[in-house]
Amino acid sequence: MADIWARLASDQALILGFVALGAIMGVSALISRGLTRGRIHASAIAILSALLLAWLGGELTGGKKGLADVSGFGGLALLGGAMLRDFAIVATAFEVDVSEARKAGWLGVIALALGTLVPFVLGVSIAWCFGYRDAVSLTTFGAGTVTYIVGPVTGAALGASSPVIALSIASGVFKAVLVMIATPFVARLIGLDNPRSAMVFGGLMGTVSGVSGGLAATDERLVPYGALTATFHTGIGCLVCPSVLFLAVRALV
Amino acid sequence: MPIFGTALLALCTVLGVALGEALGALLHVKANVGGVGLAMLLLLAARQALARRGLLTPGLRLGVEFWAFLYIPIVVAMAAQQNVRAALSGGPMVVLAGVSGTAICFALAGLLGRMARRG
Repeated sequence: MADIWARLASDQALILGFVALGAIMGVSALISRGLTRGRIHASAIAILSALLLAWLGGELTGGKKGLADVSGFGGLALLGGAMLRDFAIVATAFEVDVSEARKAGWLGVIALALGTLVPFVLGVSIAWCFGYRDAVSLTTFGAGTVTYIVGPVTGAALGASSPVIALSIASGVFKAVLVMIATPFVARLIGLDNPRSAMVFGGLMGTVSGVSGGLAATDERLVPYGALTATFHTGIGCLVCPSVLFLAVRALV
Repeated sequence: MPIFGTALLALCTVLGVALGEALGALLHVKANVGGVGLAMLLLLAARQALARRGLLTPGLRLGVEFWAFLYIPIVVAMAAQQNVRAALSGGPMVVLAGVSGTAICFALAGLLGRMARRG
């Protein structure tokens, strides 16, 4: 038995990774539907449980690759590695309809710019207050405050350390979960009841799962509008955070 | 054929990353400068060009969209291999950044959303 498992764990690593991901996503969907009545998006629960499992993996093995260090889960290292991650993120751009996006007009552009800049400056300032002084870590954490995709993409591009990347993901995920939970409650307050304000909302909040989860819990018809600008958000964040904003941070520290 | 879609996606990704590397070298940044974002723009441009010529077949779309659908699971896999144990020492920083970032963006969304309704 042990021999067979060892063979499988090394020879079928990637395939076992797919099985593990399917299991995590499946259980998360059940928790999302059963315990939160769909209020917290299954993807947010999956990401949080994955971070929890990564912590568990680190505790069990003492390694640096989280769950991927545990025997049988090594495939997660390739699946969630930089190559496939960037590949899948680029694929999401395919869904953006340029003519629809143009209708968001200048407000959408302003929302996208503010939605990238404001969280970034905030994240960098907070990281500074917590004692970080190197431009790479500051930028990575600031980018993570934009969204949990921009954080690790930026961190990987700049060569940030894994703990800092994990922190940036954690703050992005925390923001995504908060957006999902809080959106239905603040929707009336911020006038979130029409496609235009949904596009502005998507551009500002950025996090696709947060925006789509939050809008789904508010008014399902608004989801595509918010997701449209939010999809741009990640791309813009990935473009400016490791470049212009990194150079700005480096010039300041 | 789905493989054409996947190949197109791969080509755009590689070209974007290459451009990002070149831009990094040009700016003297020891990093890939916006390669993923540039790849996204390339894919959007390619999609528009294909659509104009009527070459955007369902098979080709499937080859790209399959990977777009895998994006959340791949992000989950990415989260599962992070060094969370080392990150936990920064707990309050994460909470502070998350809460204040969300609150400020909600307020801005309210402000701009109001302008959107007027304009």
